[in-house]
Amino acid sequence: MDNLLKIKNLNIEGFYEDRWQPIVHNINLELKRGEVLGLIGESGAGKSTIGLAAMGYTRQGCRIASGSINIEGIELYDASEEDLRLVRGSKIAYVAQSAAASFNPSHRVINQYVEAPVQHGLMAYDEAEKEAIDIYRRLFLPTPETIGLRYPHELSGGQLQRAMVAMAMSCKPDIIVFDEPTTALDVTTQIEVLAAVKEITETMNKAALYITHDLAVVAQVANRIMVLRNGRLVEEGETRQLIKKPKEAYTRELLNVRNLRQEKSISDKMDVILKVRDLKATYTGRENVLEDIDLDVRKGRTVALVGESGSGKSTLARVITGLLPAICGSINFLGQEIPLDFKTRDKDTLRRLQMIYQMPDTALNPRQTVRKIIGRPLKFYFGIKGREAEERIRELLTKIELDPDTYIDRLATELSGGEKQRICIARALAARPDLIICDEVTSALDQLVGEGILDLLQDLQNKTNISYLFITHDLATVKAIADKIVIMLEGRIIEQGDKKEVLTPPHHEYTDKLLASVPEMDPDWLDNLLDKRLSTFI
Amino acid sequence: MIKLLRQSPLSARIGMGILLFNVFLALFASVIAPYEETSVVGDVWESFSGNFFLGTDHIGRDLFSRMIYGARNTVALAFVTTVLSFLIGSSLGFIAAVKGGWVDQMLSRIIDAIMAFPTLIFALMILSVVGSSIPTLITTIAILDSTRVYRLSRAVAMDIEVMEFVEAARLRGEGLWWIISQEILPNAIPPLMAEFGLRFCFVFLFIASLSFLGLGLQPPLADWGGMVRENAGAITFGIYTPLIPAAAIACLTVGVNLIVDWLLHLSSGLQD
Repeated sequence: MDNLLKIKNLNIEGFYEDRWQPIVHNINLELKRGEVLGLIGESGAGKSTIGLAAMGYTRQGCRIASGSINIEGIELYDASEEDLRLVRGSKIAYVAQSAAASFNPSHRVINQYVEAPVQHGLMAYDEAEKEAIDIYRRLFLPTPETIGLRYPHELSGGQLQRAMVAMAMSCKPDIIVFDEPTTALDVTTQIEVLAAVKEITETMNKAALYITHDLAVVAQVANRIMVLRNGRLVEEGETRQLIKKPKEAYTRELLNVRNLRQEKSISDKMDVILKVRDLKATYTGRENVLEDIDLDVRKGRTVALVGESGSGKSTLARVITGLLPAICGSINFLGQEIPLDFKTRDKDTLRRLQMIYQMPDTALNPRQTVRKIIGRPLKFYFGIKGREAEERIRELLTKIELDPDTYIDRLATELSGGEKQRICIARALAARPDLIICDEVTSALDQLVGEGILDLLQDLQNKTNISYLFITHDLATVKAIADKIVIMLEGRIIEQGDKKEVLTPPHHEYTDKLLASVPEMDPDWLDNLLDKRLSTFI
Repeated sequence: MIKLLRQSPLSARIGMGILLFNVFLALFASVIAPYEETSVVGDVWESFSGNFFLGTDHIGRDLFSRMIYGARNTVALAFVTTVLSFLIGSSLGFIAAVKGGWVDQMLSRIIDAIMAFPTLIFALMILSVVGSSIPTLITTIAILDSTRVYRLSRAVAMDIEVMEFVEAARLRGEGLWWIISQEILPNAIPPLMAEFGLRFCFVFLFIASLSFLGLGLQPPLADWGGMVRENAGAITFGIYTPLIPAAAIACLTVGVNLIVDWLLHLSSGLQD
C-alpha cells in the first residue's frame, strides 16, 4: 500500500513573548489507506497543531518553520493558497471537537452538507442530497431520509457530531482529521460516534488521524498510536503492542488505571452532615427538573453524583447551595434545618458549605491576585487580616502544593488550568468548610493534571475529615474516589448505595448501560460491545 | 501604564497630544491669554495681526484669548459632565444587573422613557424651564447622557454577573457593594473607559450645539459653540472668524476619537 500522507521533519513555531519559539519538534508521520493513526497527549502536546498542519494550515500566530507535508505527491509546505484550497475538503477534511459550534444554526443540516460538493463542482444538488442520505445511513443516524431536513438544534450532540463527520465526507476525501470528536460527549453517545468513525475507516477504506487525550478511546479506533508530549514524539507503535508493553514511563503513566482510594467503611452510626429529603425544583414553574431527591452525605466521606449531561446533577448542586431555591422539600445541614434560599441563610451556614466549579477559568476573578482571592474568605468569615492573614494564605498555598513565594502575587490569568483549580480549592478551604460540593472539577483538565487534583482532594479529606459531594460524568473518577454512588437520570435518583454495591451486578438497567459505555483499555472492547448490542437488537 | 503608552500607535499619540494641549490651555488660560476673556480691545472683526493673532470677534474682543478661555470652559465643563454621567449611569447599571428582578425592570423602563425623547429637544425643554446656568447645564446633560452609560454598564455587568466568580462571591454572602466594586467593576473598566472617551466627545459637541442655539453657556462667557454662533454672520462677508472655533471643535473631537480607537483596540484584544 502506498502512503496517502507523509510528513517529514515537521517543525512548527509559535509567536509569543515577542519571538518565534518552537512548539512542534521534528515530527515524522506516515499514513496509509485504511489506516487510523491516533495522536495522543495532554493539552499543549501539539497534537491539534500537527493535525491542522497535515492540511497545510496553522492557527493564527503559528507558522510551519520547516519540513515537508505530502499528500499523494502534492507538497503542501510551500503551496499557494489556491492549491491548498483544492486539496482541503477534496483530499483531506477536518472534524472539529464541537459540532454544535461548527454548524450554522439557521440552515438545515443537509443544505450544509450539499454546499461543499456543489461549490467544488463535483456533483449536482440532487445527486449530493442522495449521497448525503446514503452517508447518514452508513453512520447509523436515525431516519436518514428525513434527518437532514432538520435544523442543527433539533439534533442531539452525538447526532450532530456524526452529521459533522458526514459533512467532512461530502467531497470524498481520502484522509480525515478527527480532532477530539467525542471529548464533549457523554459516554453513551461517544459510542455512536466511535462506531461511525470505525465504519468510515474500515468499510470505506479511508485514512484518518484521530486526535484525543483519552488513551482508552483511541485504543478502540486506531491501528497505530503516537504519544506526544510538549511537541515531541514520546513513543510510537502498533496499538495492541503499545498498550500491552509501553516502553516509556510517560506512556505508562497515561495507561495507569486510577485507584487512589483506600477503602473506607460507611456505617449507619456515622454523623450525617447533609440530609436532603423530597426536594423538587423547577426553572420554568411548569416542569420539575428535579423530583423527589433524597440524599445523605456522611462526615469525612465522598458521595459521587453520576449521570449524563441533562440528568440534573449540576442543578442539584445549585439547589443544595440555595442558588436555585427548591420549591419543596427540606435540607438538613449539620443537624439543622437550613433555609432553601441562600439569601436567607446565615453567614456560618454559607461558610460551612463551599463549592468548587467545573471551569476554573471563570471561577476566579481575572483581576484579582491569589493573595486577594484566598485572603477574602479569611477576612470575611474570621476577620483575619494583615500578617496573620499573610501567614494563613501561605499555609493554604503550601497545603495545595503551590510554592507561596512564586504564586502569592500572581493574577488569576497568570495561572494554568490545574493551578487555577488548586486556588479554587484553597479558596474553599480558607472558609474551613464541613462540606465541599465539587462540580465536575476535573473535566476541564488534562488527565494527569486532573488526577493531581483528585489526589489533593483525597489527601485533604484524610487530614481534615472533610466531606465531598462529587458531581461527575466520568465513571473512572467515581471508581477512584467515591465511598457512595448516586446515579441520576432525568432529574431523579434511580439508584444509590455504597460503591461496591452499585458497581457489582445486578445493576439497574440504566446503570448497566452507563457502566458498559466507559471505554476500557482494550482494543477489542468497542467491537465486542457493538456485536453484543446488535445481537440483542435482532 | 508607561509601557502601554510606549507601545501606543502614532494615531493615539497625536490624539493624546491634542488633548494634552487643550488641557494645558485650559489649566493656564489666565497666564497664556494676552487679553481678558470679556474685554473689548479692538474693532469689530479685525483681521490677523501682531496684536491679535486670530483677529477680533463681532464686538471687538480678542479671538485668540477667547479661544483659550473657551477651551477651559468647554473642556472642563464636558469633563465634569461626563464624570457625573458615568457615576450615575454605571452605578445604576451595575445595580440593575446585580439585583435583577423588579429593580432592573423599574430602572430600565424609566431609562427607556427618558431615552424615548430626542436628547436635544429634551435638553432644550428642561433648560428653557429651569433656566440655563452652569450647574443646571451640567446636571441636565449628565442625566440625559447617563441613560446611554446605563445601557452599556448594565450589558457589560450582565456578562460578568453570570461568571462563576460572582456566583462564588454571592455564595460567600458578600454584599452588593463588594460584588459591584470588587468583582464587577475591575472587569468592566476597559469597555467603560473607551465609552468614556466617546461620551466626552458627545457631551462636548452637545454643549457646543446648545450654546449655538443660545441655551448653553451664556454670554459673555467664551465657549467654542457659542463663538461660532456669535460670529456666524461674518461668513457672508468672507471673514474666517467663525471657522476658527469650529475647527477647534473638530480638532478636539478627532483627537479624542483617536485615543478612544486605541483604547477600544486594547480592551477588545484585537491585533491591528
